Amino acid sequence: MDTVAPSSSRRMGWKLALVATAMFGFGYLLVPIYRVVCEWTGFNGTTSRIEAVAARATVVDTSRHVIVEFVANTSGNLPWEFRPTVASVRVHPGDIVLTSFHARNIGNAAVIGQAVPSVTPLQAASHFRKLECFCFSRQPLAPGEAKEMPVQFIVDPDLPKNIGTLTLSYTFFSAPDKVAALSAAH
Amino acid sequence: MTDIALDHHHAAPSGLQRWLFSTNHKDIGTLYLCFSALMFLTGGSFAMVIRAELFQPGLQVVEPMTFNQMTTMHALVMIFGAVMPAFVGLANWMIPMMIGAPDMALPRLNNWSFWILPFAFAMLLATWFMPGGPPSGGWTMYPPLVLQTGMAFPFLIFAIHLMGISSVMGAINVITTVFNMRAPGMTFFKLPMFVWTWIITAFLLIAAMPVLAGVVTMLLTDKYFGTSFFDAAGGGDPVMFQHVFWFFGHPEVYIMILPAFGIVSHIVPAFARKPLFGYRSMVYAVGAIAALSFIVWAHHMFTVGMPLAGELFFMYSTILIAVPTGVKVFNWVATMWRGSLTFETPMLWALSFIVLFTIGGFSGLMLGLAPVDFQYQDTYFVVAHFHYVLVTGAVFAIIAGVYFWLPKWTGVMYDERLGKLHFWLSAISVNMLFFPQHFLGLAGMPRRIPDYATQFTGWNMVSSVGGFVFGASQLIFLYIVLRAMSGKGQPASGQVWEGAEGLEWTLSSPPPHHSFSEPPKLH
Repeated sequence: MDTVAPSSSRRMGWKLALVATAMFGFGYLLVPIYRVVCEWTGFNGTTSRIEAVAARATVVDTSRHVIVEFVANTSGNLPWEFRPTVASVRVHPGDIVLTSFHARNIGNAAVIGQAVPSVTPLQAASHFRKLECFCFSRQPLAPGEAKEMPVQFIVDPDLPKNIGTLTLSYTFFSAPDKVAALSAAH
Repeated sequence: MTDIALDHHHAAPSGLQRWLFSTNHKDIGTLYLCFSALMFLTGGSFAMVIRAELFQPGLQVVEPMTFNQMTTMHALVMIFGAVMPAFVGLANWMIPMMIGAPDMALPRLNNWSFWILPFAFAMLLATWFMPGGPPSGGWTMYPPLVLQTGMAFPFLIFAIHLMGISSVMGAINVITTVFNMRAPGMTFFKLPMFVWTWIITAFLLIAAMPVLAGVVTMLLTDKYFGTSFFDAAGGGDPVMFQHVFWFFGHPEVYIMILPAFGIVSHIVPAFARKPLFGYRSMVYAVGAIAALSFIVWAHHMFTVGMPLAGELFFMYSTILIAVPTGVKVFNWVATMWRGSLTFETPMLWALSFIVLFTIGGFSGLMLGLAPVDFQYQDTYFVVAHFHYVLVTGAVFAIIAGVYFWLPKWTGVMYDERLGKLHFWLSAISVNMLFFPQHFLGLAGMPRRIPDYATQFTGWNMVSSVGGFVFGASQLIFLYIVLRAMSGKGQPASGQVWEGAEGLEWTLSSPPPHHSFSEPPKLH
């Protein structure tokens, strides 16, 4: 028996190898799929954005109030003080709300921070739409520097009736070294 | 027989070269099985350290870091080094004989797919000698914890790449062999169950292993090349790792059990002296399990914070898997119904597989229920569950298969008395080892922690004693196999077992170097 496989077997082997390679690519394709599914459904507390024009056109639902609570955290070794300026607000769904967070670098090195938002309960996440947020861009802070960071948002009037309280949480991370170096270069 | 075979195989070298350059399915099968045995002992020794540390509360034997390295390496070595290569070894030995082919379809690829493995595990095990030691973040490699691994990190990732390449190449070979090299007249619905389960496993491997390769590559670029797939600060999400990992991980658990179903579907009919009950439904059940395995992954992560709809979807789809699995267990029992049963060693292992794997299946059902999973998540209940399906499931079936086919491979009967001793010691000790872990888990003992609250002491001691006895019993197995391999024992006939059916039993024991140079005639 010769050890060289017949060409039909070799062709099939290559075809299957192609399938395996495609599945390797599919693994990477899962990344954008995951992102789209999270934004679309609000899985994982992913909030969504809204343009100012659309926000102003939203009809305010004056028949009810929702309470929006604010939570601020910093991750790991980020030497920042970070807190909301007000603990919560009581608003009508459809109101354009402006609030802010306070951040101060208490370390002795300049750090670039990136805030990551999350909304609970998760069913409310896709109804929480931001016009303006400090989390849209990276925030550099010099040692000792303090900053008021504004957030402008609207709670969609479609919010399920059983949800009366939303919690908006931000966690500040120090931006990854490579990214920080790039931002510094700009 | 050997002489005739050598005439056909003009380039059969001897000594080391025979093994290094082998393109023969039996030699490569033997290599796989020996490698798997070596890794089984290696991973088993890590488990002994874990059970020694958990014998009593407090820290006695190893540092917490070393303990976590033991759990991580135990899992990686057992999954990728012991169970998966053992099944590929069995496939190499048995599939060409079962379908009436002379050898595997792609013999050189076969050589490659084996010889990659020793390098992969040399890289993985070499991390014991590196500063910081081996990975300790769990075999599931969740970021951000795993990104804190030191020098061992790239070795871990590349070792996994190599293991993945090896098993994908093995899978390609199995599929090509079965599709192109069946004896004339052997239609798909005449294929033996072991072959069927292996084709489906091979498709799972081709679909799932590359996804694992992709996700560990993302970890690698996150750590060294500034990408942010799983880094929240860079816009990534660590939870996404869990989704992509378990998209591979759940098919992976069926990769480790479907061939076991195949083995048991050969042994039970042979010792019940009746044909397998419900052959077609067995095939469809395996197919259904394989298809469902791709839509249930998130039941491994019910507690990450999914919306209710997600919890429900993954819960229902998970529970649905119990249906085809139940069909299989029913069929094995129905095969034995009113059969002329005898209880030789392979049958004992196969029977204990059916009983104990079903216990693992039941605890799996409990874990599949999202509301209660919040209590069981990350406790010893999970450890008990997956050891019931992997040790008394996959490993018991592999041992059953080795006893069943060993006389065919070596030409001599193994020592039946020692085989039974091995079985009874293992079957009792394995339940002492893993059954109390159900209680510990329900009482709240967390997994992957070297110390525990004192009220857990009693059952941990029972579990550790069971572990030591189970570990020691496997040395009997090693002796039995080595003795048969060295040709000592009663000569076995070609048929070996009175009730066994299939082409492989029409060959001599041991079979010729190339199984069927002339395609066999099917009845």
